[in-house]
Amino acid sequence: MKKFSGVDYFNIETLYTDEERMIRDTVREFVENEIIPIIEEYNRKSEFPVHLVSKMAELGLFGPTLPSKYGCAELNNVAYGLIMQELERGDSGIRSFASVQSALVMYPIFTFGSEEQKDFWLPKLATGEKIGCFGLTEPDYGSNPGGMITRAEKVEDGYLLNGAKMWITNGTIADVAVVWAKLDGVVRGFLVEKNTKGFTAPEMKGKHSLKASVTSELIFDNVLIPESNLLPKTEGLKNALMCLNQARYGIAWGVVGAMMACYDTALNYAKSRVQFSKPIAAYQLTQEKLVYMLTEITKAQLLNLQLGRLKDKGLLKFTQVSMAKRNNCEKALEIARMSREILGANGILDEYPVMRHSANLESVKTYEGTHEMHTLIIGEDITGFPAFD
Amino acid sequence: MKIAVCISQVPDTATRIKIGSDHKSIDPNGVTYIINPYDEFAIEEALKTKEKIGGDSIVYVISVGDDSVKETLRKALAMGADEAVLLKSSSAKDSIGIAKALAEEIKSLGCELVFCGKQSVDYDSGITGQLIAEMLDYNCVSVVVDFKLEGNKITAEREIEGGREVVETELPAVITAQKGLNEPRYASLKGIMAAKKKIIAEKPAVDSSSFTEILDMHLPPSKQPGRILGTDKSAVPELVRLLREEAKVI
Ligand SMILES: Cc1cc2nc3c(=O)[nH]c(=O)nc-3n(C[C@H](O)[C@H](O)[C@H](O)COP(=O)(O)OP(=O)(O)OC[C@H]3O[C@@H](n4cnc5c(N)ncnc54)[C@H](O)[C@@H]3O)c2cc1C
Ligand SMILES: Cc1cc2nc3c(=O)[nH]c(=O)nc-3n(C[C@H](O)[C@H](O)[C@H](O)COP(=O)(O)OP(=O)(O)OC[C@H]3O[C@@H](n4cnc5c(N)ncnc54)[C@H](O)[C@@H]3O)c2cc1C
Repeated sequence: MKKFSGVDYFNIETLYTDEERMIRDTVREFVENEIIPIIEEYNRKSEFPVHLVSKMAELGLFGPTLPSKYGCAELNNVAYGLIMQELERGDSGIRSFASVQSALVMYPIFTFGSEEQKDFWLPKLATGEKIGCFGLTEPDYGSNPGGMITRAEKVEDGYLLNGAKMWITNGTIADVAVVWAKLDGVVRGFLVEKNTKGFTAPEMKGKHSLKASVTSELIFDNVLIPESNLLPKTEGLKNALMCLNQARYGIAWGVVGAMMACYDTALNYAKSRVQFSKPIAAYQLTQEKLVYMLTEITKAQLLNLQLGRLKDKGLLKFTQVSMAKRNNCEKALEIARMSREILGANGILDEYPVMRHSANLESVKTYEGTHEMHTLIIGEDITGFPAFD
Repeated sequence: MKIAVCISQVPDTATRIKIGSDHKSIDPNGVTYIINPYDEFAIEEALKTKEKIGGDSIVYVISVGDDSVKETLRKALAMGADEAVLLKSSSAKDSIGIAKALAEEIKSLGCELVFCGKQSVDYDSGITGQLIAEMLDYNCVSVVVDFKLEGNKITAEREIEGGREVVETELPAVITAQKGLNEPRYASLKGIMAAKKKIIAEKPAVDSSSFTEILDMHLPPSKQPGRILGTDKSAVPELVRLLREEAKVI
């Protein structure tokens, strides 16, 4: 098969710095060599390729924007976005792992943690020695996490945690869970360590999507959390939403990787698959699809780049992240489905990546704020009317 | 110890090569360049050797070429090399010219151990490392698949027709790397950021006259479509006749 060389119709390449390009190319090569050859097998058996954790860590893919004193690479946000993009060209589940570790575990510990928490956890999370997860969603509270039932109660030697989380990426394999719970009615973040008495994290089975990623329940039955495991600088739901905003940013970039994989597959297939007298790429209906895909990819790439530049300048609004997440996930899913169509029956086989991407993107469109929630976030921003309730 | 790695950049193996209008060089338009794959083994072995002997060892990467080579040198720095030297040359050099420039620089840096790829996959001459060794009067082991350094003593395994041979020699030496020597590391993101701050020294390559001249460059003739003579044994006599008289292979 022809080596993947990127999708870049508008010479966007020239807008990245040398380092950004080099980082992207390195991760692209890693994905080509380490993820793509094995991913269908793991996806088929619904298993996370756990051996990739140390390899990704060695490359520096966890918490790459954090300071070097924690063993991180101190990259800018555009480089971070490109990492997510390349990982998701491999698989959304692998990108999810890196997203959770970086944006939902290392970021909150770095931002809301004490010095001791940072010094202890961040280096271990960067090297992949420890794995983290992020528990916000509950069985009855998804789009409105503010209603959460999970509660912490102050007791003599710490906090007593009760409740349950659901849909938690990495839950079963995590050494530490960043768990959001109400303490005296205020949402706070807690670090819950594996094997703490009363804490279990059974894996959720039967997923048709993100099969190469672990998704779990977290159950807390009178779990005693030491005082030192409260994230001291958390003071409400907004802190959890700040984490989501980091992760959404990565998703907006990530799904472009899935788009590129699908487009590239469809284009190559269409050029070689002959039906009637010509390759199907020579028919107008197919060209219309391919052109639509490429146009949407190009728009998403430019949207992301500006998003990243704004973030690096500290000028980013969370509503802009919502727009990018909303648009790019929707278009990625459309592109994956179109690509599947172009491949005809072959599109449903795992010899090609498109059906896997298509199935994965169903989750990606839902998690980190559903399409509708982002509509309402932007809707409120531009009209002044909150339409959530 | 000072260790040198000589690297060259070559067109990405996925590139479709076009011949330039002078019919003596390739058309650089649209070509992406990568580190010569054998040189990646050389870099990795130099880094491993440095890590093993520790101390204040320095790994230099050296290349002869124009400004476009900087990106390739940068990648070697990102993998972990300490310093880079670009020996600038505007005119094309043959293998001897390149080896001379590299040897001069290796001498002035005082490197006792030199790693090269066993050949570069563009011109495929496969002699640069040996030439450098000759010019510097260093020992040389080529096409190496296993390398050990104990003090001054080198034990290297090299690939020979149908097997391997083990060679012992000592520093100073040039080693040319074959696939299988090691598994080249990825440049880590930290390495890429650190490489930004490392220096690529630029010097003119020593002038030397070429011993060879490229007269003409052309693509291999495009493959002729196959011919089916028949599908059963009655076609055999005709096949034998054609193999003998037309293809002249039997
Ligand atoms: C594979 C996977 C991994 C996940 N990983 C994590 C994780 O690591 N940590 C974590 O905390 N969570 C995680 N989640 C959970 C995810 O964030 C939630 O699924 C998401 O927030 C949606 O919540 P819900 O599934 O409860 O859907 P609901 O909130 O029940 O929504 C159902 C539908 O109703 C719509 N809807 C809801 N309210 C409104 C409204 N007011 N107006 C219009 N439409 C509305 C939604 O848009 C959606 O279409 C994960 C989910 C998946 C699928
Ligand atoms: C699960 C499954 C079960 C099946 N079971 C059976 C079965 O029991 N018996 C059986 O005989 N077949 C069966 N099929 C085959 C099915 O009918 C074919 O897959 C279908 O006819 C499409 O053919 P194809 O997959 O070769 O796609 P292709 O014909 O190669 O088409 C690929 C793409 O090109 C498009 N295309 C083709 N020609 C043109 C054109 N002129 N202009 C524009 N676009 C064009 C198509 O619309 C499609 O999007 C099955 C398929 C599947 C997936």
